[in-house]
Amino acid sequence: MIPAAFEYHRPGDLPSALALLSEHGDDARVIAGGHSLIPMMKLRMAEVPHLIDLQAIKALRGITIDGTRVTLGAMVTQHEIIASDALMSVAPILGEAALQIADPQVRYMGTIGGNVANGDPGNDMPGLMQCLDATFHLEGPEGTRSVMARDFYDSAYMTARADDEILTAISFDAPKGGFAYEKQKRKIGDYATAAAAVMLTREGDTCAAASIAMTNLSDVPVWSATAGAALVGTDVGAEAVSAAVAAALADIDPTEDNRGPVDFKRHVAAIIIARAITRAWGRA
Amino acid sequence: MSKKMQITLTVNGEAHDILAEPRELLIYVLRERLNITGPHVGCETSHCGACTVTLNGKSVKSCTVFAAQADGAEITTIEGLGSPDSLHALQEAFKEHHGLQCGFCTPGMITRAAKLLEENPTPSEEDVRFGMAGNLCRCTGYQNIVKSVLAAASDVNTAKEAAQ
Repeated sequence: MIPAAFEYHRPGDLPSALALLSEHGDDARVIAGGHSLIPMMKLRMAEVPHLIDLQAIKALRGITIDGTRVTLGAMVTQHEIIASDALMSVAPILGEAALQIADPQVRYMGTIGGNVANGDPGNDMPGLMQCLDATFHLEGPEGTRSVMARDFYDSAYMTARADDEILTAISFDAPKGGFAYEKQKRKIGDYATAAAAVMLTREGDTCAAASIAMTNLSDVPVWSATAGAALVGTDVGAEAVSAAVAAALADIDPTEDNRGPVDFKRHVAAIIIARAITRAWGRA
Repeated sequence: MSKKMQITLTVNGEAHDILAEPRELLIYVLRERLNITGPHVGCETSHCGACTVTLNGKSVKSCTVFAAQADGAEITTIEGLGSPDSLHALQEAFKEHHGLQCGFCTPGMITRAAKLLEENPTPSEEDVRFGMAGNLCRCTGYQNIVKSVLAAASDVNTAKEAAQ
């Protein structure tokens, strides 16, 4: 419960935050909503001599919808996502997922940037961002660069973000067609036993495009190209759904924990993926 | 120990200047430095919500906010919602509908419910259960808490209509 001591910084703009990160190196961490980092600090699993609070940096805030391109500032909270009518009208899958994350209090504080940058495979937004084929924007001492969500995750808590970089924004094309974020969890606020994000478009009775990603079924989020491909050109009937599920299961590598053994997780994953596909198709 | 810093908190309308270590959690600053002991601590993993306060218009678990992060913030706790002579509609409803037993979760419950009703003045039972899901209770089984929140919403709405 009692975190170790630290020096607190509240820079007013991004260059000042980056300068602090460079100055203190491994001794510094940025804090966004604080709802993964502070719990870790309270358990002394994270030692942070210099805490750089991003709350005063306006450039990290705001939801921008430019035609069909959506950009979310890294400090946009889950609550702001759910509360944005404009965002919900162009990308309702975000709201569907955000409402399955944590609880009201955590959603007021927790941010989209923190969720995707944390690197915990339990977080829901990374899989969703892979489903959307989102781009993550990073800023560091060398300037800005972008990394695709599908290339961002290396292993648990290890991402493509360098220690001296800040994830500033996330952008993606507003999805077309049907969608679903389906999550099996033990209770409110739990990380998924298994979850799946699915987006499908249809032409007549046939699936024209499909994207399927999964949460907490490996040490990283998993986007399954073969699962999506198994649906394209089909009527998304029982046979096609089974083929897509089989393809998705071939790409995951769950580990046993108090949510259940590996066989159980694979069983749950199969059900969740099939449900997500069916629901997305019903909306397509 | 790191350097203490000057922190200004406006709690229930009153400004306080406090010298605190940045690592001090807001819940402890409220309880131990300001003697505002309505908000409680029920866990160390940010689940129970007994420490819930309203911070700059958001329902927040004050065990998961550092004092330093709250510098400059406006905070409302259960103590700011009503007085013994003039209870807040939610306090009255929790009393009337037996929405508490041991009372440990109650300050967080009521503070959260106040924000919930501000955002959604006419919630359904499902809205209340989902909107209060960040607050755990060991005693009531939630049923009477839901009743209390729905009753408070109805009372407030009736009073508003009567005033118009």
